[in-house]
Amino acid sequence: MTLFLENARIIDPEGDTITTGNVILDAGVIAAIGAASAPKDAQVIDCGGACLAPGIIDWGVKIGEPGERHQESFRSAGLAAAAGGVTTIIARPDTSPAIDTPEVLEFVTRRAAEASPVRIRHMAALTKGRDGREMTEIGFLLDAGAIAFTDAARVCTDPKVLSRALTYARSLGALVIGHPQDPGLSKGASATSGKFASLRGLPAVHPMAERIGLDRDLGLIEMTGVRYHADQITTARSLPALERAKANGLDVTAGVSIHHLTLNEFDVGDYRTFFKLTPPLRSEDDRLAIIEAVASGLIDVIGSFHTPADEESKRLPFEDAASGAVGLQTLLPAALRLAHAGQLTLPQLFRALALNPARRLGLPQGRMAEGAPADLVLFNPDTPFVLDRFTLQSKSKNTPFDGTRMEGKVLATFVAGHQVYGA
Amino acid sequence: MFRARHLLGIEHLSPQEILAILDLADRYVDLNRRTVKQSDALAGMTQINMFFENSTRTQASFELAGKRLGADVMNMSVAQSSVKKGETLIDTAMTLNAMHPDLLVVRHGSSGAVNLLASKVNCAVLNAGDGRHEHPTQALLDALTIRRAKGRIQRLTVAICGDIAHSRVARSNLILLGKMENRIRLIAPPTLMPAGVGDFGCELFDDMRKGLEGTDVVMMLRLQRERMDGGFIPSEREYYHRYGLDAEKLSAAKPDAIVMHPGPMNRGVEIDGELADDINRSVIQEQVEMGVAVRMACMDLLARNLRADRGAKAAEVMA
Repeated sequence: MTLFLENARIIDPEGDTITTGNVILDAGVIAAIGAASAPKDAQVIDCGGACLAPGIIDWGVKIGEPGERHQESFRSAGLAAAAGGVTTIIARPDTSPAIDTPEVLEFVTRRAAEASPVRIRHMAALTKGRDGREMTEIGFLLDAGAIAFTDAARVCTDPKVLSRALTYARSLGALVIGHPQDPGLSKGASATSGKFASLRGLPAVHPMAERIGLDRDLGLIEMTGVRYHADQITTARSLPALERAKANGLDVTAGVSIHHLTLNEFDVGDYRTFFKLTPPLRSEDDRLAIIEAVASGLIDVIGSFHTPADEESKRLPFEDAASGAVGLQTLLPAALRLAHAGQLTLPQLFRALALNPARRLGLPQGRMAEGAPADLVLFNPDTPFVLDRFTLQSKSKNTPFDGTRMEGKVLATFVAGHQVYGA
Repeated sequence: MFRARHLLGIEHLSPQEILAILDLADRYVDLNRRTVKQSDALAGMTQINMFFENSTRTQASFELAGKRLGADVMNMSVAQSSVKKGETLIDTAMTLNAMHPDLLVVRHGSSGAVNLLASKVNCAVLNAGDGRHEHPTQALLDALTIRRAKGRIQRLTVAICGDIAHSRVARSNLILLGKMENRIRLIAPPTLMPAGVGDFGCELFDDMRKGLEGTDVVMMLRLQRERMDGGFIPSEREYYHRYGLDAEKLSAAKPDAIVMHPGPMNRGVEIDGELADDINRSVIQEQVEMGVAVRMACMDLLARNLRADRGAKAAEVMA
């Protein structure tokens, strides 16, 4: 079916422009941008001047399949994504069991395709069981459709094992995602060291643990030549190292979670466990420095790092509570805070939310161009609302934004030219 | 004056509230020194002591305080009960809540655990120490001890020495003494000094003699060996040499400076045994005595608020 999207503010992250006009979607791709009139038989959708942008590619989403379907299923994650303007989920392999064999990967790929209204691609574990001892069957996993390799938040402590895995991955051109964090320094920590953690009496990790982790990884990248992406860079101390690595021509990119861009350590307040994240929330100075790094392009990708956790695992003392927050459905309104604050323009925002992750992962999405896949989000950036966490589509409701005022409402989400969500 | 429903930390108290508690505690000190030590402030009320971490001293102090106020006191030694069988803190709290206690005295090994529990029950909750966070009655009893020895709890120079990183006592004292406008010095080896405490408006020292110079009050802390997983200090004997309080180091403080310790003491680790027993300098025994009185005062005030609260609710129902 042909769709004619009329009178949209078209956000083009590649061209860094916002133009008003019409867009034609046909045969799963963007057929025309700026067409004057609707083709015959096309269904006309009046956008009423709302923003139309490439659908979000959310890199680093935890879904509870296999193993923890009560926390999140492909269905519930897919619905949350569609309602949040996310058209491609890049799922993490830190499931139970981990996605570390081609068989498990094929299983989740099939399940995801059946259940989810949006695209789901899977990352596979870099080491078996994410234990950091033996590399997975990287070749078979690539053949089975693994989009990248990572042990998620578990850091391989043996540089020898890691260097072999990276060398092998390099020979196959695989992309490896690291979690820059020194595991010794961060062991047992649930906050960032400083005045707040000391006042609350929480075990804390120095922000330097991230730099040390990044420095080690960068050394191994230089040694092996692997393609590398740091999942989350959250402290100002890491930025010079990242900048130097990029300037020296290492094949390195970096991401950051939306929560680290919009919240700081003080938001934990009176031990609110929905604000317990990995890595922990940082200081306000760090937050501002990281926003600047996203604006300058030093940090490439913004993701939600969607991590569902049930009520029981969060209703515990802060130190014992599960870490992580859901974010598929709140990623866009939270990111729009940065636009409303004048820190990032809308094209800049969609560069980090869609274009850059697509490019880095070798996906054709993320672009507002003729011939590109018709994965789009239509939203009004100014519609205000107060978030009620029980309205979220995710099975788990652990959002730090519960009860807060946000702006930005998704009106429609399109995947391959089909509308998968409509407000 | 004191309107709170729970006593979770010093952080939430105003200077006026702190003074109100101390004033009432003074009266209970007098009561406790009589032969008949009975009051009916908590008559008919049920107090449950829930200690997720073992503590003989604090639990005994709370138990005695409750009994002297006429409450029915029950001790739950949760450290070796259903909690070990996997029951969560919330479940335990809900179970107890169903038994309609009036006062819940809670100690827990995790920071913030008592706050969490307080949000789920209908009775008044008294924090008897949560992780490394707060131990409000300890800070209040220290304040009472200081006020009785020094005649005031303002404009004093107080040194807090030792294992500050692992100490909830240090945090509560730091907050209380700061609210009362005292000059605070923290003395600790750098590995036991928490990050960012300089921002709380206190002076930091790693040289004990320098830190003690001209102080009115010297608060020693217990070296919490059970909370240390590996290598905060080279050895206990080196720690004693550099940070153990003895007569020689104490000579840097004012000649009438008092010595305090929250107990239990590691003699020969953080404090010289003889000095701890020196009745001219050490007020450690007095601290224990003040502990009962302060806890009576806190529970009395919480019970008054509880009654007022219930009265208001009943009136609402009637209307």
